[in-house]
Amino acid sequence: MSAPATAQEAGPPQSTWMRRASAFLHRHDRVRVAGLVAAPLLWLGLIYLVALAALFVTAFWRVDFGVSVTREWNIDNFTKLWQQDVYRTVVVRTVLVASAVTVIDAVLALPVAFYMAKVAGPTTAKLLVVALLTPLWASYLVKAFAWRAMVTPGGVLESAFGWTPGFGLTSVVVTLAYLWLPFMVLPLYAGFQKMPDSMLEASSDLGARPGRTLRSVAFPMVVPSLIAGSVFTFSLSLGDYIAVKNVGGKTQMLGNLVFDRQATDIPFAAALATVSVAIMVVYLALVRRSGALENL
Amino acid sequence: MTTPGFRLSSRSTWTLRFFVALALAFVYVPLVVVVINSFNSDSTFSWPPRGFTLEWWRRAKDSSGMLDALRHSVTVGLAATVVALILGTLAAFALHRNRFFGKEAVSLLIVLPIALPGIVTGIALSNAFTTILGVGISVWSLVIAHATFCIVVVFNNVVARLRRLGGDVEEASMDLGATRLTTFRLVTLPNLGSALLAGGLLAFALSFDEIVVTTFTAPPDVQTLPLWIYSNLLSRQQAPIVNVAAAGLIVLSTIPIYLSQRLSGDGTGGRL
Repeated sequence: MSAPATAQEAGPPQSTWMRRASAFLHRHDRVRVAGLVAAPLLWLGLIYLVALAALFVTAFWRVDFGVSVTREWNIDNFTKLWQQDVYRTVVVRTVLVASAVTVIDAVLALPVAFYMAKVAGPTTAKLLVVALLTPLWASYLVKAFAWRAMVTPGGVLESAFGWTPGFGLTSVVVTLAYLWLPFMVLPLYAGFQKMPDSMLEASSDLGARPGRTLRSVAFPMVVPSLIAGSVFTFSLSLGDYIAVKNVGGKTQMLGNLVFDRQATDIPFAAALATVSVAIMVVYLALVRRSGALENL
Repeated sequence: MTTPGFRLSSRSTWTLRFFVALALAFVYVPLVVVVINSFNSDSTFSWPPRGFTLEWWRRAKDSSGMLDALRHSVTVGLAATVVALILGTLAAFALHRNRFFGKEAVSLLIVLPIALPGIVTGIALSNAFTTILGVGISVWSLVIAHATFCIVVVFNNVVARLRRLGGDVEEASMDLGATRLTTFRLVTLPNLGSALLAGGLLAFALSFDEIVVTTFTAPPDVQTLPLWIYSNLLSRQQAPIVNVAAAGLIVLSTIPIYLSQRLSGDGTGGRL
């Protein structure tokens, strides 16, 4: 894979122009970095940041008769959000569902990732990585759809166990946990892999039993990975509306509200979206200090 | 690979294995159900299946709506991947081993389009496209939107490779008299090959599969495969074809992921 650059391969001597440019870039780190970062930064800044900023601004406008957006500054959207019970309930429900999903994924992913990274032999580990992660990247929509078949009355769960949660909040939590599991397994597996075996050995040499080693040595070391995974499980749950609609029956989450309102009332949808971004920003700010964002 | 000093009791090992088995069942049962259901002779969903048929697969082959959607998905995915490859690689080189003011902000900005809920990205972009950016909603807005959230996968793959590569080979090359550009062309780039391929495959898979941002940024005449499935999900007439498309999508979207896992070679199998 490595390509040794021999003199022949280097071809004819470079023009002095190229040489000079090269030397200039070599000496001027800042110019080099600026040249490299310019295009991606312009793209993300001009398109993505501008779009987000415009959305937040829109949240402070209002819509007249469900047709045109009136550019008149007001905070009515946010007061409506705050004062009407229905919106507060949905926001609280969404945060609780996102938390439950994150916890379930963590509980499932921790032992699995540990087993793959530290217990299983190299061949088994490799097979497990492929077996667990490959299908989980596969189509989001199909997976949300699959759970419809699982929980529907008369569906797979009912005919296998005689019981199904049916369409509702429980199914939403299970389906979302299913959908976002790889986002948790992947960073945890990488985290356990990076952890040197000697750490575990040292701990048991000093007399700790395996349980204690796992709790006091292994776990604290993967907390940043856990947080990195939770950023995704949390954020993806906050915004989901398709899976929720698919298996949730009448359950409404923040994403559903945004979706339902955006067609008729963009300013209010923008205010709702701002709430979910605000929740994420608070969450990111809380976890920033852990260094987890380096692992994203 | 239990280490000499650290040994789990056989009970703990079996507990771990139980969790692994549970996770495997959790992962596979729903997918298997979808695949089995595409051969279900009953055209409305029934479980257990009434009988076996290949009829739906035969009909899907001629479903022009589905095939058009597949074509759109591939075109948009390829275009978005090309943009993401260029921008993601540039960003990776800029941020790797360079310290500068605002570096953290830039890396946060790269991950933001997938770290924020898809619906936020979706309505933000569609709102901006139709108002201040003036791009309008066309196939281009769709490609721009997809490229935006695909940059991060390329970036992550290239950064991981650059880290593993270290600076030694490049320094050796420059010590031997090669200029920076020559070093880049003959040493760095060839070593990045498989990371670029892995990142590109993941970006394509991400784009191919995306539905939320797509819903808001796609024009009405460009239906991608996920959009087509979603719009026909509850239609009685198309239900069996949707099952086939879903089963096919499981296989199709898995291939690039599998390949990128093989290629990225860092064990974590292509990072997101």
